[in-house]
This record gives sequence, C-alpha cells and structure tokens, in this order.
Amino acid sequence: MIKFQNVTKIYLENTIALEDLSFKINEKEFVSIVGKSGAGKTTLLKLLLAQEKPTRGRVFFDNQDVHKIRPEKLPELRRRIGSIFQDYKLLASKTCYENIAYVMEVLGKSNQEIEKDVPKILEIVGLTERAQNFPAELSAGERQRVAIARALIHRPDVILADEPTGNLDPYNTSEIIHLLLKINTLGTIVVLATHNKEIVNSLGKRVITLGQGKIIRDQEKGRFIL
Amino acid sequence: MLVSIKRIIRWGWQGLFRDGGAATATVFIMVLTISLITSIFLLKEASSFLISSIQEKVDISVYFKENSTEQEILNIQEELSKIPEVQNVKYVSQEQALQDFIQRHKEDPVLMRSLEEVGRNPFLASLNIRASDPTQYEAVSDFLDNSLFGYLIEKVDYHQRKPVIEKIFSLTANLEKSGIVFSVLLVFLSFLVVFNTIRLIIMKGQEEIQIQRLVGASNWFIRGPFLFQGTIFGILSALISLLIFTFVCWFFGSQISILFPELDMWTYFLSNIWTIFLIQLLTGIGLGVVSSLMAIRKYLEI
Ligand SMILES: Nc1ncnc2c1ncn2[C@@H]1O[C@H](COP(=O)(O)OP(=O)(O)OP(=O)(O)O)[C@@H](O)[C@H]1O
Ligand SMILES: [Mg+2]
Repeated sequence: MIKFQNVTKIYLENTIALEDLSFKINEKEFVSIVGKSGAGKTTLLKLLLAQEKPTRGRVFFDNQDVHKIRPEKLPELRRRIGSIFQDYKLLASKTCYENIAYVMEVLGKSNQEIEKDVPKILEIVGLTERAQNFPAELSAGERQRVAIARALIHRPDVILADEPTGNLDPYNTSEIIHLLLKINTLGTIVVLATHNKEIVNSLGKRVITLGQGKIIRDQEKGRFIL
Repeated sequence: MLVSIKRIIRWGWQGLFRDGGAATATVFIMVLTISLITSIFLLKEASSFLISSIQEKVDISVYFKENSTEQEILNIQEELSKIPEVQNVKYVSQEQALQDFIQRHKEDPVLMRSLEEVGRNPFLASLNIRASDPTQYEAVSDFLDNSLFGYLIEKVDYHQRKPVIEKIFSLTANLEKSGIVFSVLLVFLSFLVVFNTIRLIIMKGQEEIQIQRLVGASNWFIRGPFLFQGTIFGILSALISLLIFTFVCWFFGSQISILFPELDMWTYFLSNIWTIFLIQLLTGIGLGVVSSLMAIRKYLEI
C-alpha cells in the first residue's frame, strides 16, 4: 500500500533528513516510527503527504508515485489520508466544530452527515464543550485533540499521526492510543511517529527505528530502543 | 456541486465579518480607485465639452467690397455652404453690422459721436463662416482666396486670426492627449495599490490556505471564498462610490453651472447614471476577483 524506495531528502544547507530509505507498509498495518528528535520522522510523513518532495527516490501510495501527481490531483490523495500534524495545523479563523466539519465539506458530505458525525467525534475526544471556540482559545492538549478529531472524522484509508499525544495527559494519551488501535482493527493503516517509549512498548506492533535519517531497525512486535 | 457553492459562499461571507478590519481597508482602497476612474470619466466629458465650446467660438469672416450686391454675396454664401467642411455660413449685411455695432456700443458716447461724424454706414457686408473642425479654416481661406469671386472680397480675417486659431487648436489637442496619458497612469497606479492590499490580506491567510491544501481541499474550494469576497468588495465599493458621486455632482454641479452655464454636470450624471454605475461595478468586481486570483495563485502550489 505504501512504499518508500531509496528515498533521500536533503533540505537546503545540506541538512540530510533522510538517507536512502526503503520500506513497505501493508494494508491494515499499525506501524510506529521512533527515533531521536531530528531523526527525520516528520520528514518521512511529509513526503508521504506530498508536502515535501524527495531529493532522490520515490514514494508510492497504492502503486501511484505520490510525487508524480499533478497539483490539481493532489487533493484526491490527501482526502484518503488523515493527518495529525505535530504542530496541529488548525485553521485559526475557524472554530473547533468548523475545523472538523471543513474536512467533510471538502469531501462533499451532506449537511446531515456533518451534523451527525462532528458532534459524535467531538464527544469522543472530549471537546463537546469547546465546539464553538477558536483554536487560539484552547489549551495545547485541546488543540491536539481537535487535530486528532479532524484526522479521523472522514474515515480515511491511512492515518498519519505525528506525535499525537505529545501534549496529552496520561489518561487522554491512553484513550487516543486505544482509539487509534480500534480504528486500525477496522482496517485503517496507522503510522504513528512518537518519542513515547511506554506507548510503543505496550503496543506490541511493528516498529521502525530511525537514526540520523536511516532505518536502524525494523521489527515486527518491536520495542522502543534508540 | 451546489452544496459546495453554498459552502464557499458561507465561508466567504463569514470571513468578511471575522476579519472586518481587512474588509474595511480593501473597500476603502477600492472606493478610491473606483472614484478615480469615475472622475476621469466625468472629467473627460467636461473637458471635451469645454474644448468644443472653445472651438465653437472660433470662426472667420469674409468682408466684401462696398460695391458688391446682396445677390452676389448670397450666391457666394450658397457656394460656400456646399463645401463639406463648412458647417454654417451666416450673412451679415451692412445694415445688420451697423445695428450690431450700435447695439454693442450705445453706452459709449465717444464711439457714437464718431459714428455720427462719419455720416454714412462705414461697415462692410460679411459672411461669417464656421467650420466643423478648426483644422479646416486654412482650406476655407484658400478656397476664398483662389475663387472666381475673389474680386468682390475686401479681406478675410483668417490671416490675422491664424496664430490664435492654431494655438487654440494645438492646446486643446495637447490637453486631450496628456489627459489620456495621465489617466492611464493614474488608473494603473491605483490598480497596483488595490492589488497589493488584497495581496497582503491573502498573504496573512497563507498558512490557512496551505493547511486547506493539506487536508485535501480542491483549489476552487479554497479560492471560492476569496473570489466571493472580492465580488462583494467590488459591489460594495461600487455602491459607495455611486453614492459619493451622486452627492458630489448634485452639490458641485450647480456651482459649476455658474461658471459654465452650458455645462450641467448634474443632468449629465443623472442621464448617464447606469453607464457610470456599470463602469464602477465592473471596475470593482474585476479588481476584486482578478487581484484575489493572482494573489492566491502562489499559495496553491504545495
Ligand atoms: N524545512 C526544513 N528546512 C531545513 N531543514 C529541515 C526542515 N525541516 C526539517 N529539517 C531538518 O531535518 C531533520 C529532520 O527533521 P524532522 O522534523 O523530520 O525530525 P523529527 O524526527 O520529526 O524530529 P522531532 O522528533 O523533533 O519532531 C532535522 O535535522 C531538521 O532540522
Ligand atoms: Mg517531528
């Protein structure tokens, strides 16, 4: 389903973020990407979402080279991916409710569906009370939960979760991880980039460990070892 | 499709109120631009009126020798009227010229006394010729100089008035030319100002546009609200400008008519109100939409 083929990403000024990376992610997989800060986890996810272009190599999604897709066609790819960004990327001029509803509107979902689904997901992430607040009026953890809700709302084929629990308390953290696991059992690929040792160890799923832009380990039922 | 359009309109509408400051700034700048263009339109009308009224005051007269008969002069008048460049030929008889003189100077005892001393009518009969275009006087004068009835002509005053006529002509032509250049320049500059204002506003929303791209919004879904806002700005600015000009023409129209009685700005404005509003509306919407499209383009590349 997802394939990285000898991917190298060099940012300007010779920052090598990823170097000759190759791996595959199959249908229904739950993969954790771990590594020190600056190891290239976010870069990897950006390449998959076509937010950045690889310097060398190719990235495939469903046998399609992501970076050969023309800009007008990119929305079709992105609608199949739910992204939880490390920096949230909420729309500052829209309320929590609108941020989440926007993704459904983009997909052309009917108003009835939106009015049914959005309150449901707001309740799941515990933000029913905050529905009409703007992102600037929320705590970091609340913002992160809006970002999570937005990524899940349209039942995408793939979820890219970049440090989705970084600002959450232990209770919320385990709730969100359970939610991701449950969604995964329904058939959605989950790619989780994280620093959180406990989470990774408790999951018992595949772990890809990055070090200085290279894969140092790729284990089924892996553990968090840097 | 329909539901998307509704959503685009709703977001656009909401954006107007959520960023009221930017909306006000844009409308303000656009009102200035539209007003400038409207002024140019009105001024062009006023100046071409003034130019033609100056040009209308230009004419030449042919004076005939005292021994020419009225019939001869009337024949020449007919002959002259056949020249296509000649708009109007007026016959002024000796008697008429005298009466005109008396009428004009009856308050002046010195002139009146000297007229009495002459003891007879000292004026010559004349034909007063008005051409459709001031460049044609030369041709008319040539025609008179070389015609068969040249022996009847005492003098043609074109030769004395030539420098003045030519000066007026070149002045008005230059006025029109430099007016056009100046207007084009002003309009261009004001377009730049509007474009930049809208560009700055969209630049502020650059991050949001990129987020919208990342969550899979299509380019039209992202552009849509901006285009809608551009249209609303255009309509609003056009309405405000129309209101301003209604007031200005009504208020200053009467003052201008004191200076130039034939120039009635208010009536002119009223009879052209739809043209003016159309110009304002097209300028407004065109500016709003084109500026938005151009400013947003580079953020849609991610
Ligand atoms: N836009 C950019 N321009 C230049 N260098 C960049 C850019 N983005 C990332 N980098 C560099 O690329 C490397 C990998 O960054 P990346 O964000 O992928 O790390 P990460 O593993 O996600 O780290 P963290 O765990 O802190 O989020 C880092 O050294 C970073 O400085
Ligand atoms: Mg990161």
